[in-house]
Amino acid sequence: MSSSGGLRRFWIAAIGLLPLAGVAMAKEPLSGKVAVDGSSTVAPIMKATAELFRAEQPRVTVTVGVSGTGGGFKKFFEATPELRTDITGASRPIKPTELSKSAETGVRFIELPIAFDGIAVVVNPKNTFCDSLTVAELRAIWAPGSTIQNWKDIRPGFPDMPLKLYGPGHDSGTFDYFTEAIVGTERHSRNDFTANEDDNVLVRGVEGDMGALGYFGFAYYHPNAAKLKLLGIDAGDGKPVKPCHETIGDGSYRPLGRPLFIYVSADAAQRPAVKALVEFLYANAKKIVEHRRVNYVALPDEFYKVALQRFREQVLGTVYAPDAPRTSTLAELYGVTQRK
Amino acid sequence: MNAPPGGYRPAIGRRRIVGRLGLSAFVALSLVALVALGALIVQVVQQGGGVISRTFLSNPPSILEPETAGVYVAIIGTLWLIVLTVLAAVPLGVGAAVWLEEYAPRNRLTRFIHLNISNLAGVPSIVYGLLGLAIFVRSLQMGRSVLAGGFTLALLVVPVIIIATREALAAVPPSIRHASLALGATRWQTIRHHVLPAALPGILTGVILSLSRAIGEAAPLILIGAVSYVAAPPGGSLIETVGERGAIDGAWLWLRAAMNDGFTALPVQIYGWIGEPDEIFHALAAGGILVLLVVLFSMNALAIGIRAWQQRHRHS
Repeated sequence: MSSSGGLRRFWIAAIGLLPLAGVAMAKEPLSGKVAVDGSSTVAPIMKATAELFRAEQPRVTVTVGVSGTGGGFKKFFEATPELRTDITGASRPIKPTELSKSAETGVRFIELPIAFDGIAVVVNPKNTFCDSLTVAELRAIWAPGSTIQNWKDIRPGFPDMPLKLYGPGHDSGTFDYFTEAIVGTERHSRNDFTANEDDNVLVRGVEGDMGALGYFGFAYYHPNAAKLKLLGIDAGDGKPVKPCHETIGDGSYRPLGRPLFIYVSADAAQRPAVKALVEFLYANAKKIVEHRRVNYVALPDEFYKVALQRFREQVLGTVYAPDAPRTSTLAELYGVTQRK
Repeated sequence: MNAPPGGYRPAIGRRRIVGRLGLSAFVALSLVALVALGALIVQVVQQGGGVISRTFLSNPPSILEPETAGVYVAIIGTLWLIVLTVLAAVPLGVGAAVWLEEYAPRNRLTRFIHLNISNLAGVPSIVYGLLGLAIFVRSLQMGRSVLAGGFTLALLVVPVIIIATREALAAVPPSIRHASLALGATRWQTIRHHVLPAALPGILTGVILSLSRAIGEAAPLILIGAVSYVAAPPGGSLIETVGERGAIDGAWLWLRAAMNDGFTALPVQIYGWIGEPDEIFHALAAGGILVLLVVLFSMNALAIGIRAWQQRHRHS
């Protein structure tokens, strides 16, 4: 009797394990819809994921909208459940106001880092006198109420040339991140600059204006490298660093290197299609993020393991508590132990 | 041979010169519009002519391989929008215009309605996007679907259709109405068989003009939630669904799915490509603009065709 009971337990365990085997193979054909929205910076990653995932699961329809980080969170925390998006991309961590929306609507989320990006500070290629700026100089230029209208007022020795500023508009996560990192308070910026949500307009502006100074996502620098001059940023130690894959990846491009995130709705994560998409993204993260058409800096592999773990264990909420010190590194925040 | 009173001098030579100057000024002004249009088309063809191919028309968008990216999903989305907009806006617009022009008394209320419609025709399209988001997407629970998109664009074109239809109806000579009524036809028979057919060319022109504006709109569609990437048109493949579920069930399923799916349209796709950093996408955007222009020209051609056909049949 006891042996047959043992056998029965074995079979129950075996049958119980079958679904796990199914997940491991991940080849069962799924169908359904996954609605992705959010930051225009994160959008290329999600579009690339959707495209590659289609080969794997052709019956799952993934839609990717581009509403900006803030606009994406609005759709993520919609009052009407049917209108909520499943995944939203963010080029900055979630804000307290958005967290309160989460409490209000009951939409719980899993926060996952996906890549590193940098904000490029650029000038016109004919500008020969300026190769780098310090954070203090950038702060003096961009602070609200700044009266700097001429290059000669930025640093002694700069020529007498009118300064023209270009930057992203207020719906942009890049604007949020730059103001936080440079000015010190999010969304605090002087307003007398040419603002546009379309980074290509900023590129064209800086390209055609001798006295221009502008900033935008690093991804827009590369295809336009011939038309722009990239500046090094001196975080205060007298050693200016220019953004590139290495300096963004190892954190030495301070303080304008930034992590990018995706936020997955905890309810949506129960759906097989959403689950499969996120699993697929993290299984292929490096390939997707560093694809030459996406061109961001992949996180070290340990991050992707930790992120996938967080997703599988459904770790809810943000590691960016409103009162947490903003000096913590991404590794500290997510408890990633990095091999040196 | 006294000079005419008032010191009139014939000065025919001078008047002719002024006349010629005026004529050349007007010709020059018309040419400016024509040259601007020509330059635009030449530039777009230069930029985007190279990307037009069979695959460009039959492939979904792609960020990883822009060389094989296409506008298939966007074309189908735009066709959906055209059909839904026409279905919603034409009966509404023409019906309202018929009542206002043929039935309604000329009083303060109708003047007020007319004034409002004229104002509505000038409201920026993004405002209709907000309205569509509140009414169709949220209140009527259509979601971010092609249905909500079509109805939003219908809101945008209805005022223009009403105005154009009213003008077309007003241009029908009253003698036609009088003759029909005198022969014992009812008011509706008069409108149905004589006034509407006579006004049809004008109505069609109004419909086509307003629709041409609507299908080029990106802002209201983005506002109600048109997406920037989707690999399949609304409802997926009709043929596949019918193949799996049979003609009636399949078509019904497909239609229901189409009314619920996320969608994109040509102007949204073009806007998305213009925003990409790499120049290869800007060429794709120019190609998309060419396709949009072709859709527009074919719509105009269709309207001209219907008009010609209709006029031939009326006079034979």
